[in-house]
Amino acid sequence: MTGNAEVKVRIQDLSKAFHTNGHEIRVLEHIDLDVREGELVCILGPSGCGKSTLLNIVGGFLPASSGDVAIDGLPVRRPDPRRIFVFQERGVFPWLTVEGNIGFGISGLPATERAARIAHYVRLVGLEGFENAYPQELSGGMKQRVEVARALAVNPDVLYLDEPFGALDSITRLVMRSELLRIWQTERKTILFVTHDIEESCQLADRIVVLSARPGSIRRVVEVDLPHPRDLSSPRYLALRDSILEEIGLAHRI
Amino acid sequence: MARPAPIDSPPPHGRPARSSRSLVRALVPLSGIAVLILVWDVALSLGGGRSQLLPRPFAVVRAIAELAQKGFLLKHVVASLFRVTWGYVAAVIVGIPLGVVLGWYRRGGMAIAPILEILRPISPLAWIPVAILWFGVGDVSAVFIIFLGSLFPLTLTAMNAVRGVEVVHVNAGRNFGLRAPELLRRVIYPAILPQLIVGLRLSLGIAWLVVVAAEMIAVSSGLGFLIIDARNAGNRYDLVVAGMVLIGVIGIALDAIMRSLERSKAVAWGYTTILEGEQPDVAGGDAAGRAAVLP
Ligand SMILES: Nc1ncnc2c1ncn2[C@@H]1O[C@H](COP(=O)(O)OP(=O)(O)O)[C@@H](O)[C@H]1O
Ligand SMILES: [Mg+2]
Repeated sequence: MTGNAEVKVRIQDLSKAFHTNGHEIRVLEHIDLDVREGELVCILGPSGCGKSTLLNIVGGFLPASSGDVAIDGLPVRRPDPRRIFVFQERGVFPWLTVEGNIGFGISGLPATERAARIAHYVRLVGLEGFENAYPQELSGGMKQRVEVARALAVNPDVLYLDEPFGALDSITRLVMRSELLRIWQTERKTILFVTHDIEESCQLADRIVVLSARPGSIRRVVEVDLPHPRDLSSPRYLALRDSILEEIGLAHRI
Repeated sequence: MARPAPIDSPPPHGRPARSSRSLVRALVPLSGIAVLILVWDVALSLGGGRSQLLPRPFAVVRAIAELAQKGFLLKHVVASLFRVTWGYVAAVIVGIPLGVVLGWYRRGGMAIAPILEILRPISPLAWIPVAILWFGVGDVSAVFIIFLGSLFPLTLTAMNAVRGVEVVHVNAGRNFGLRAPELLRRVIYPAILPQLIVGLRLSLGIAWLVVVAAEMIAVSSGLGFLIIDARNAGNRYDLVVAGMVLIGVIGIALDAIMRSLERSKAVAWGYTTILEGEQPDVAGGDAAGRAAVLP
């Protein structure tokens, strides 16, 4: 989609091993990936292959064992408000209201500006009327919207989403995907989206990075040149999905 | 996009049903107490010669009135509350920060927690001789005993609460640029507050239990002293039971005050999550969850 935009995130020869009671678990091996500015890249792989580990390293929460991650040419050393990690809905702060959560990262702004920003993102994610509700009064999908809004409110360049819709029911998940695409198209963020759901990656991504089972390494990178909104019954979409199913070695028959 | 309706809106309450229910809720415990007093009185009046086993309820009421009239009631209650306040406040000031630090720096916590775990089951009363040795007979000893009684549960509560803070919340705080002091104020503190309040309530209960015992030995005022003094100086068991009743009533009042803190909305989440059933951990945050990347 953004053919010759600048490289935003550069991952070079990244490996990660954990050491637990004496033995070594190799989780990621020799990951090389460039993510362009404004691109939506899905990282697809089976559970346990190291997707979350990869995203946590890129986000600066975990150190790599070897290799480098650079954003805008600068090495990543710690988390940074210019790049926000969206956890599953569990990441919302239960002690704050919707407003308090969305305004969490912009407490340094003057009050009126902060209120305007909060109101803007409340509207963007469709939570008008719930500003003063606490997370435990919200459904899973609404909590996920709060997290996304909280991330967007600090106006980051990059969003990391780790199976953000994994805990939602399938209908809410579909709704949230199209919401995410709408937001991505208005806000033009670079997005790294981790999922183990093939359909999800085909619906969202500009590029799909398919990881192997543990130790995770890149099996294949699939360019998806289907325009949004995607027709989920079009032959091109189905061909794409089937090719990935095949790549992963699953016959598409149950 | 259409806005979704909240999935779990509270069930509608009819007004009359609610008020009659709360009336019942208030009356049931009171009726229990009324029955107890009645049984107490009837048993003693039937007991004839054995009626000196306990003063009758009315004698206790008279004793309380007598205390109030002579000004002793206020004096003893204030003396006890005063000691509890000092000991308890000192324990809060020392114990909570200590517990937070021990919970945050896991290594240090692992070294020191066993010491606290060993000290905790020792009744604070066992410290009375030590307290007298260090501080002599008097207020300081009593306050020290109360301090110790509240200190260990408070420290351990704070430590365990900090250890239990969700790593996603800490990571989210760090992601928004928070460094240690801000992280403490804006993430750790609100996250542990529900548990802290429970710990504060329980340790205040302990402090109140302990003050009475400490006053029986170390000082010459307070409700504990009243009880032991009424027995020593003339077997005034009506005053003994009056002291016991006062201790119970004040204990309930203190507990009710602490309980009311639990009703604040900013902490209510901490007491409801278990009931709602937490979402099971789906693959998502695994690495982050286990990495335990507290700085
Ligand atoms: N902190 C850790 N210590 C040890 N092993 C870990 C740690 N975090 C993750 N792992 C292991 O690394 C592998 C990959 O985990 P993860 O990145 O969560 O996978 P995914 O997100 O793809 O499901 C798993 O086998 C997991 O058990
Ligand atoms: Mg994961």
